[in-house]
Amino acid sequence: MSIIEGLRLAVNGLLSNRLRSGLTMLGILIGVSAVILLVGVGNGASVAVQQQIQSLGSNLLTVFPSNARGAGGVQQGFGTGSTLTLDDVKAIANRQSSPDVVTAIPSAGGRAQLTFGNQNWNSSLTGTTEDFPSVRNYPLASGQFFTAGDVDASSKVAVIGQTVVTNLFSGEDPIGQVIKINRQSFRVIGVLAQKGSSGGFNNQDDVVVVPITAAWNYLLGGRGRNVQQIYVEATSAEATSAATTEVTQVLLDRHHISDPAQADFQILSQQDVLNSASQTTGVLTLMLGAIAGISLVVGGIGIMNIMLVTVTERTREIGIRKAIGARRRDILMQFLIESMFLAGLGGALGILVGFGLSRILPLAVSSLPTPIISMPSVFMAFGISVGIGLFFGLYPANRAARLRPIEALRYE
Amino acid sequence: MITLEGITKVYRAGEVEVPALKGVSLHIPEGEFVAIMGPSGSGKSTLMNVIGCLDQPTEGRYILDGYDVSALTDDQLAWIRNRKIGFVFQSFNLIPRVSAAHNVEMPLIYAGDSVQRRERAMAALESVGLLDRAGHLPNELSGGQQQRVAVARALVTDPAILLADEPTGNLDTESSLEILKLLRDLNQQGRTIVLITHEADIAAFAQRVVRLRDGVIVSDERQALAAELVR
Repeated sequence: MSIIEGLRLAVNGLLSNRLRSGLTMLGILIGVSAVILLVGVGNGASVAVQQQIQSLGSNLLTVFPSNARGAGGVQQGFGTGSTLTLDDVKAIANRQSSPDVVTAIPSAGGRAQLTFGNQNWNSSLTGTTEDFPSVRNYPLASGQFFTAGDVDASSKVAVIGQTVVTNLFSGEDPIGQVIKINRQSFRVIGVLAQKGSSGGFNNQDDVVVVPITAAWNYLLGGRGRNVQQIYVEATSAEATSAATTEVTQVLLDRHHISDPAQADFQILSQQDVLNSASQTTGVLTLMLGAIAGISLVVGGIGIMNIMLVTVTERTREIGIRKAIGARRRDILMQFLIESMFLAGLGGALGILVGFGLSRILPLAVSSLPTPIISMPSVFMAFGISVGIGLFFGLYPANRAARLRPIEALRYE
Repeated sequence: MITLEGITKVYRAGEVEVPALKGVSLHIPEGEFVAIMGPSGSGKSTLMNVIGCLDQPTEGRYILDGYDVSALTDDQLAWIRNRKIGFVFQSFNLIPRVSAAHNVEMPLIYAGDSVQRRERAMAALESVGLLDRAGHLPNELSGGQQQRVAVARALVTDPAILLADEPTGNLDTESSLEILKLLRDLNQQGRTIVLITHEADIAAFAQRVVRLRDGVIVSDERQALAAELVR
């Protein structure tokens, strides 16, 4: 018996019991569409998180001072120490000692009260150097960024983010305007392009950036000339671990520390953050897939159930077929093809429904990350559904194939 | 064509052994029309199962068309049933979901014979006079027509013997006569036919009657053709 004959028989058998076949198929359909949709949602979440992290620059390292120790060795909060200096930044940026580093910028800041005309706004202040746009991946929307000369001269110039623009200026061009930052006059020379949320609580567009020297001299009075963070740009995302080693060595040397365990700084790479985030979302995707997979197994059991009923119902037919020359293999094939066809068709329809739902659902539930359907998961879902047809069809089909013809013929 | 030598068949019902055939030896040459007769419990159904290769004898040798059937596997038996035997059952045993033509075609499907399958099925239907009913489902046909479809199905692989088990048991007199005439015509074309029945007037259509009782052959005689069939 050929495969085509078998398919013809299977379709014929399924059509002879349309409602039952349809309901059985529905079990697989729901399972497959659930797998596709939920894995898509997991992938979507994973990609969204990665994009947010990468928007900070995937080749970025952040150096924090160690926790300050108060009296009696009491540990203070993370990054509260004041061990980093501008000279550390210059040493790190030196390509001689750290070839995998493109450049490094310092960062010092806090909250700042901004006023312009009768508008005021509280924003996040960052004092840094001229390489900030490239290192932190902040392109300019208009105007220009301050220069090395401005940093040396501690010029009172500022570059502001989009949120600040909308809250302080009502339609006016902010370039060239003088705003007050903590009651000090600063001239706006540039506007940063829109960047969006970093995925955390901080809005990356709600910033005001000034030369670090100006911040020290006029805005962060009393806290000395310390650097709160150093951002290091590595030559590539792959070079971040080499750059980490180099930066560690430079700082250990400069701080005269021989034991790396005693280091008075910590280095965090975006790659680390990315990796742990991908791990988390990976587990999420796996869990969603597993839950959906359970419904697929339930669908498979439904197929087995119906195939057993079908085999019993067709006992006499099996007897007739055997009497006129069907071999075990022919009967086995007939029922296996039937169950695989049932599952495969359910799987194919489930893929379509899964695609449809992944388009429709984000429109209805806006908090859902846009599902990303990967082609391998579609092929896998279809393969698995056919496999389920095979696995759960095997027992009923085998039972049919082993029926003895005289007993099957006598069956009423 | 058919040679049975000392065939016994013992059924096991729990601890008890029930002998259904106690040493049956029989030879049926090619082209013969044999009726096997006996009351229920005589072992004729068992004999029919053995001759039809649906069941294996406990002991003895069975040679069908040159093949020693006693020692074959299930799949080999399926092949023998497909190629050498055409079955006609009391209850027609057509598959209800498919058309008459497809029912007739079915043995060819299992034979793996795809050459002119539909044409051969149609020719078989024509030989039983049902070409115009080819597209009908079995339940759209009368009992007599269904049995003629079954005969067409039995003939389509051109088997060595036609094995008819109470073929008229579910039919009225007129349809019965129709089927018996059909079997006679086939026999006159040279087909070997084994007819199993418990009715003497049905057995009267055969050239030879073998009577079975309690698992043994009690008589085996040739007879003159029934008068009403001689045209």
